[in-house]
Amino acid sequence: MSIPHRKFDALIIGAGGAGLNAALRLASTGLRVAVVSKVFPTRSHTVAAQGGVNAALANVLPDDWHWHMFDTVKGSDYLGDQDAIEYMCREAIPTVYELEHAGVPFSRIDDGRIYQRAFGGQSQNFGGDQAARTCAAADRTGHAILHTLYQQNVRARTHFFDEYFAVDLIRDEEGAALGALVLEIESGEPLVIEAKATLLATGGHGQVFRTTTNAFINTGDGMAMALRAGVPLMDMEFYQFHPTGVAGKGMLITEGARGEGGFLVNGDGERFMERYAPRALDLASRDVVARSMVTEIREGRGCGPNKDHVMLKLDHLGAEVVHQRLPGITDICRVFLGVDPAEDMIPVFPTAHYAMGGIPTDRFGRVVAPARHGPEEVVPGLYAAGECACVSVHGANRLGGNSLLDILVFGRAAGTDILEYVAENRNHRPMREADLEPAAQRLARWDRQGQGESVHAVKADLRKLMEDHCGVFRDEETMAVGVEKLQALRDRVEGVRLQDHSRTFNTARIEALELDNLVDVGMATLMSALHRQESRGAHSRVDYTDRDDEQWMKHSLYSRDGDRMDYKPVRTKPLTVESFPPKARVY
Amino acid sequence: MTTPTTEDTDARAIAEEVARLRWQCRRGMLELDLLLNRFLDSGFQQLDQQARMDFVRLLGYQDQIIYDWLMGQSVPAEAALRRLVAQIREAMRP
Repeated sequence: MSIPHRKFDALIIGAGGAGLNAALRLASTGLRVAVVSKVFPTRSHTVAAQGGVNAALANVLPDDWHWHMFDTVKGSDYLGDQDAIEYMCREAIPTVYELEHAGVPFSRIDDGRIYQRAFGGQSQNFGGDQAARTCAAADRTGHAILHTLYQQNVRARTHFFDEYFAVDLIRDEEGAALGALVLEIESGEPLVIEAKATLLATGGHGQVFRTTTNAFINTGDGMAMALRAGVPLMDMEFYQFHPTGVAGKGMLITEGARGEGGFLVNGDGERFMERYAPRALDLASRDVVARSMVTEIREGRGCGPNKDHVMLKLDHLGAEVVHQRLPGITDICRVFLGVDPAEDMIPVFPTAHYAMGGIPTDRFGRVVAPARHGPEEVVPGLYAAGECACVSVHGANRLGGNSLLDILVFGRAAGTDILEYVAENRNHRPMREADLEPAAQRLARWDRQGQGESVHAVKADLRKLMEDHCGVFRDEETMAVGVEKLQALRDRVEGVRLQDHSRTFNTARIEALELDNLVDVGMATLMSALHRQESRGAHSRVDYTDRDDEQWMKHSLYSRDGDRMDYKPVRTKPLTVESFPPKARVY
Repeated sequence: MTTPTTEDTDARAIAEEVARLRWQCRRGMLELDLLLNRFLDSGFQQLDQQARMDFVRLLGYQDQIIYDWLMGQSVPAEAALRRLVAQIREAMRP
């Protein structure tokens, strides 16, 4: 089969905040930039980010980028790379001003400067008083940023391949990235996009868990592409869960509900947090609340016919408090559950929210992988940024307001480095038929005819498996059983067949390709979690309850080849300031 | 070989339209994914031709605007879209 080729200077896969900020940096200097997105760009998951962007502007309270750096290192439970964190916190300030100049309508204070709100984990003077560091555009910051960046890219003549699905990276014999094989979803026709540099900016993979806040599109496509290209994934065991998602659906019920006096009850009607956290009760830390909920369910005290959730009780607060102070929750309950939370309890279960791990990069956005000369050798021409990447600024746990910052700063940094790379590599590297073969075979695999299991059945089993064996309740036995089950499920995928082999808008085919990706990132997550025998940040184990800096202050690296685990040191030396040595993370 | 009936042709046309719209119902927000896909599976096929076109038009709006409508935080100016919003919300009811 002859597949048409198109050539660009740079290829960007994913059109969220990271991809679009990189694209804008490149296209505004006149480079030919292709952005491939499986959905229309402004439907990327960045649109759902409500919180804001951290930057030490000091508009509301005194602030300093160095304080921001301290908070981020501490928040990461000392697993974040301090060179990258220093870079991010310094760059945060010009990044926000750049966005402001590009047209993002940030909320303002009376004197016209950008308003900043206080978030958890923000301090003045290295752990002192509360800071106010988060710049927001009302409660729709992600939406405002995404639309602004998209419009600026259109003006800069970025070439968008809307509703194209990236099948796989193409690399040459030396491992250099040559571009990607993509598929036009409407026609089902493949296309090879050749590029001097390729950036993966495909976002997260929350859909690997049954209960998640992530949109359907978050299937870990870029991470799985990296794995198949021989690049390991880093720190995949660190995944942020919120204790209270709507059971069976995933939407977040904000902690504000418990802050207003709401509490959790089990199937016996018992306020069970009294047993797990007698003082803090339902306002104990997220991991404690989430694990307590799952313990109740595992021990048979869940609610509902399947005893698979617990209940959040707000009905004692009165209609006025619930409706006026918690309007978002009221709306979600009315629309999705058909109940009024002032009168009925809400079924809840911990919901998967954000990946700290991903494709390992340096602070220039370059993908780095172990090779002959060390654990961080640059993969020529390959970049990653945003939630699919691990630079690593979040380490074991991300602070609120740092995720939009991460995608913007490192999207831009990747763009800047690609400019230099393309200037030094003026010609496209030659692409041989053999270089394309693995990607083409992956696509052809789903053309196999015959009877077999459905994509939906295997995907549902995968998501349940990940929730049961690699959710908030983690111990050796639970996860070891999970790995065995996932190995068996991976074998089942070989037997899955599509019933519809038509080309036009065959979304079943796209979902099959996404299933491959989910299985790969699922295994990366489960293997990394099984092997890390400590509790750090979001990775909380019931059999290893303490942080163990001596053994485990290192990054995990999972390789698909043989499901192999490897490790590399944390970069504890910042660029210009003193290191923050590990301390107990107490707030 | 049997000749396809008008019903067969109509059913095929609707199936193709649903397949095309399925991807348009993939959005940046989980809430929209759930609401729009549920409606596509349960309510869309009962719509008349005009209402189907209205649904396609609704999908052309920005995620945040559709979210506000479906969550009841704002109301579309157009009566046809208001009707659709009510139907999409109704389809989600347990």
